[in-house]
Amino acid sequence: MTAFAALTSRSVVLRQSNIDTDQIIPARFLSTTERAGLGKHAFNDWRWQADGSPNLDFAFNRPENAGRAILLAGANFGCGSSREHAPWALTDLGLRAIVSSQIADIFRNNSLKNGLLPIVLDEAIVQSLMRRPDDELTVDIAARELRTPAGDVHSFPLDAFARTCLMEGVDELGYLLLRDPQITKYEERFHAS
Amino acid sequence: MSPTPRTLFDKLWDAHVVVPETDAAPAVLYIDLHLIHEVTSPQAFTELRARGIAPRRPDRTKATMDHSTPTTPADANGKFHYFTQASETQVDTLASNCTEYGIELFDMQSADRGIVHVIAPELGLTQPGMTIVCGDSHTSTHGAFGALAFGIGTSEVGHVLATQCLLQRKAKTMAITVDGPLAPGVGAKDVILHIIGVIGVNGGTGHVLEYRGPTIRAMDMEQRMTLCNMSIEAGARAGMIAPDETTYAWLARTPRAPQGAAFEAAKAQWSQFSSDEGARFDQEVAIDARDIRPTLTWGTHPGTAIAVDRPIPAAKDNAARKSLDYMAFDAGESLEGTAVDVVFVGSCTNGRLSDMREVAAVLRDRRVDPRVRMLVVPGSELVKRQAEAEGIDQIVRAAGAEWREPGCSMCIAMNGDLVAPGQLAVSTSNRNFEGRQGPGSRTLLASRSVREGGCMSIAGRALPAALSPGTSRRAMPALLLSPRFPRRAMPALLLSPRFPRRAIPTLRNPENCR
Repeated sequence: MTAFAALTSRSVVLRQSNIDTDQIIPARFLSTTERAGLGKHAFNDWRWQADGSPNLDFAFNRPENAGRAILLAGANFGCGSSREHAPWALTDLGLRAIVSSQIADIFRNNSLKNGLLPIVLDEAIVQSLMRRPDDELTVDIAARELRTPAGDVHSFPLDAFARTCLMEGVDELGYLLLRDPQITKYEERFHAS
Repeated sequence: MSPTPRTLFDKLWDAHVVVPETDAAPAVLYIDLHLIHEVTSPQAFTELRARGIAPRRPDRTKATMDHSTPTTPADANGKFHYFTQASETQVDTLASNCTEYGIELFDMQSADRGIVHVIAPELGLTQPGMTIVCGDSHTSTHGAFGALAFGIGTSEVGHVLATQCLLQRKAKTMAITVDGPLAPGVGAKDVILHIIGVIGVNGGTGHVLEYRGPTIRAMDMEQRMTLCNMSIEAGARAGMIAPDETTYAWLARTPRAPQGAAFEAAKAQWSQFSSDEGARFDQEVAIDARDIRPTLTWGTHPGTAIAVDRPIPAAKDNAARKSLDYMAFDAGESLEGTAVDVVFVGSCTNGRLSDMREVAAVLRDRRVDPRVRMLVVPGSELVKRQAEAEGIDQIVRAAGAEWREPGCSMCIAMNGDLVAPGQLAVSTSNRNFEGRQGPGSRTLLASRSVREGGCMSIAGRALPAALSPGTSRRAMPALLLSPRFPRRAMPALLLSPRFPRRAIPTLRNPENCR
């Protein structure tokens, strides 16, 4: 995982609540043994027409949204399955942060492991941000703050450990592997086999 | 001084903490049983291989293939025909990973294969007091045995393979107490859909649920699994029920649970796993079972549950309007008696023997309307064998429905078992998301099926529409005249499923659908 560098970007808006992982990436694209290249299937069934042409009404197809790295989404984003293909697809699409008033547990966990920052703010704040998608928002991960050009500063919760992992680009597995002595001790106590 | 009363979750948590959590770092939590399948494991093995790490405890890892597998039998040469080359590659990759690392695999030739959340409990791999994870959100199913069981992503599959541990922050707890008798025909699926309707699809976020109360105690294990299975649809990663004699009776019949004297010793251990009197939960919800009616969903998430004889509620927001638009329904209309195109019975939610028996009870001496496609998919090879021993396959086939090989099938529609664009399916599965059962598919979630007088999946909706008086002309009128199926359901039969009232949802890219 690469370190989460400074982020300043305009936003893409998907107002709908309960955007589930089947919308983020439909199950038929999970028949892969790879993790790369899933961005083309992100929001597949909203993004592409039956004939393969883009649905021009959909936010990610609008030219002004090209290159934007922040998604402002309705409540309960990422509900549904545990597929890590969801954050894989979103990061491949170029997203680096998801802002919503609620983000589903497993999706949030998976996102943190892939350098995709889940930012939970009050619904009223998310709504106000959605009204100004062309504002350049700045994410300060060290301060756990999202700042607007108007000078508003919105703090968001972020677990200290997750923050360190993101900032240093460290993967949790390395940390777990270092706990080998404790794990061995636990196994000797409870799970002799 | 007596110790602080603890919840079932507290006890499961405490028993598995390898390194306690601090402000700076989450807890290291030991995982007793790691279940893997073909869809969410390949990238984890790739990662481990790249880092030169072998699985720490292959003995605590069990694999099956279920999502991408065909539900049609092998051909005369013993070859299975996969939906796509990618599906077959995925299954082959799992097999080679398991061979390389010595992980027990229930493959296509195994008599124990099936949906991961069906086979682990039937083998007795799932036991009270355990921590169980799988790269699959319906892992919550195993909580029915008093285990802490939850779904994880592929990175975490790698963590567990490498260390048999996960980094976890302790979740909050929510007690859901259900009291009162269930009305005839109301089952566990109705109970969980009702609960999701009460707490909301995000009501359980950040929590583990403990289902308790007399109504839960009266449920058999298959019902308890159905209930815990859909905890994730309320946003909760885990749902659990303290073990009792019902749990032990199930386990006593399984091959992998401790046997003989060891079973009695295990039982003494297992019986500690219940919430202490006075244990504090972060939230408590009380449900009166008498409020629960046969339930189905009208929208595109499981929170859109209503009693089958109630009208679709007025749209409260844009999301509800979008749901109605996608489903081609109008607020105020009743779902009862509307024609469907597809009936699906199966999945980790409702693919067990009792579900197969319910279906047989409905289909016996009846014919499925020729315009309707009905798939009955047992959850495992064992369920299939048991059902066939009871002649259930014959009843299903004689009714004109398809009796398939075990797998996830049309619940996730990865294996070619698809609901076509615009078609309406009534499904015993767990998710009614847009396109879940195939691009453009429309799903009504409901429980297994119905007996006369009791109504479920097929209740209200599929039954009148899906079954026509074929072999038994007497059965049908009786059904339609029963109080739960009023006459007004009849006109729906005239509505051909081929002519939906509204334009079908946008067709999807056919190239992607293959």
